[in-house]
Amino acid sequence: MFNETVLKEIDEIKGRYPDFRSALLPALYVAQREFGWLSHEAMSYVARTLNLPEAMVRGTASFYSMFKHKEAGRHLIQLCTNVSCMILGAERLVDFLRTKYGMEPDNTTQDGRFSLVIMECIGACGTAPAMLVNTDFYDNLTEGKIEEILDKYK
Amino acid sequence: MGKILLKNIENSNSADINEYLKIGGYKSLIKAFEMQPKDIIGEIRESGLRGRGGAGFPTAMKWSFAFADTKFPKYLICNADEGEPGTFKDRPILEKNPHLLIEGMVISGYAIGAEHGYVYLRGEYPYAKEVLNKAIAQAYEKNYLGDNILGENIKFHLTVYQGAGAYICGEETALIESLEGKRGQPRSKPPFPVNVGAWAMPTIINNVETLSNIPYIISVGGAGYSKIGARECTGPKLYSVSGCVEKPGVYELPMGTILRDIIFNYAGGIKSGKKLKAVFPGGISTPVLPADNIDCPMDFISMPRFGSMLGSGAVIVMDESVCMVKVAYRALKFFEHESCGKCTPCREGTDWLRKILERIECGKGREGDIELLSEVVDIMYGRCFCPLGDSAAGLVMSMIKHFRNEFEEHIRDKKCKNQK
Ligand SMILES: Cc1cc2nc3c(=O)[nH]c(=O)nc-3n(C[C@H](O)[C@H](O)[C@H](O)COP(=O)(O)O)c2cc1C
Ligand code: FES
Repeated sequence: MFNETVLKEIDEIKGRYPDFRSALLPALYVAQREFGWLSHEAMSYVARTLNLPEAMVRGTASFYSMFKHKEAGRHLIQLCTNVSCMILGAERLVDFLRTKYGMEPDNTTQDGRFSLVIMECIGACGTAPAMLVNTDFYDNLTEGKIEEILDKYK
Repeated sequence: MGKILLKNIENSNSADINEYLKIGGYKSLIKAFEMQPKDIIGEIRESGLRGRGGAGFPTAMKWSFAFADTKFPKYLICNADEGEPGTFKDRPILEKNPHLLIEGMVISGYAIGAEHGYVYLRGEYPYAKEVLNKAIAQAYEKNYLGDNILGENIKFHLTVYQGAGAYICGEETALIESLEGKRGQPRSKPPFPVNVGAWAMPTIINNVETLSNIPYIISVGGAGYSKIGARECTGPKLYSVSGCVEKPGVYELPMGTILRDIIFNYAGGIKSGKKLKAVFPGGISTPVLPADNIDCPMDFISMPRFGSMLGSGAVIVMDESVCMVKVAYRALKFFEHESCGKCTPCREGTDWLRKILERIECGKGREGDIELLSEVVDIMYGRCFCPLGDSAAGLVMSMIKHFRNEFEEHIRDKKCKNQK
């Protein structure tokens, strides 16, 4: 179950909205931060804390692509391949991640270092192609630049 | 036209409240508090401001509906979901000019009688969230937010709500569902959010850019503001330009600037001396325009006459080397992924369109596939619960209309000649 500090945090979030159910998405984010991903167990903690049916919690969580339903690697790479990024070569970068690092979309590398997710537009189209590594933004990507960046994430 | 929305953003500290105050920030708020709410709405009406979220709905009209509703409390929501592919115009406001948005929201809240505002911020903008939360804390400290703003009996609180990666949550009723902690599926309208919105109360939803226009309107007056831009579409507009241009970026220009000018003058023309092939003028949800149809004024009223829409003003530029079938396929992959599943024409239609486009792109297209695409488009168009499905259908329709030969070529040659 969540520890006292987390329970307090969720309680405080509940107070920000006229109806406590609005705390569901923020609470799922908190659970994801605490456990790294949303296991059934984590979602049932959220359900208990907010006093909501588990089915409702799971049904809501599954709608949103930023909630992870399996264990992710140490670093999450979110690479955009939507139109603006695609026409500037984003797909080549996916191939590069595949051949150089053994990454597959929606999968984690064998050593647990990286998980790769293909993203829809992340609002960096003016400096495409772009990606997020965890919560850090990187743009104007090339193969060389990606190599340099990923060296920082062990 | 001097910069209004992107004013001072070269200043690396522009998000700080003290820098904002130095350039006259929060003065409009003081002025607005000396006005009656209905007079503020009057100024907005006179300004001619239209919503910048995509539909171009007159802001004052929306506000007066909520103003007239006698239910309390009322809510103000800022739509910062910015999910339309190609769009990155709200981001500089959120990251570099957050106090402009906050000032706009406090004034708007006062005008419609809302004491609580929410910024629905897309999950993929973690940095904007940090900046915005810091700015909100500063605004509370200096008493521009709180229970007695500037010592007056005026109350306004602001909370940032983080979305979680669903494009459909940019649609206003899906956004409300999401804010209420539910799956982001659109509601049927009517009732409209202005009467029955968040937590069933009167709710105004406006885009980041829309709300960021408010302080300037109050400062120069509606009539002064209406001198900028086109006649029925006034004000400054943020255009996000991306793709095959020399100088991609966000350009603040008068509403109604000619598309050709945006591409060839402001954005420096096509990259590496190549030729222009096609443009999405307002994100991938707006029909594609071929290279010979770009002398259109980029505003809400003119664009439909040229066969497209202004949308979010996201100009995606494609040069001669870009394969249109591939673009259509990638776009449909997006719409299929983002379809919320509520209505059948959109859920099934986007899946069908994506599958057919995928096989054409991969060299497995069949005779009759173009007709099949058109048939699916016809079934979808006008029958979807919300505009998402129509946008997907409209994209395919415009692609076939202008680039039919490329589709035929793929099917005939059983390959994409751009594929290695
Ligand atoms: C599928 C879909 C996605 C949308 N996404 C956004 C968005 O990301 N940001 C936005 O401001 N409006 C978006 N809209 C438009 C909103 O529904 C709404 O019209 C807008 O927020 C109203 O604000 P405005 O009057 O200031 O334009 C979207 C609409 C649809 C149908
Ligand atoms: S298309 Fe990749 S960031 Fe917008």
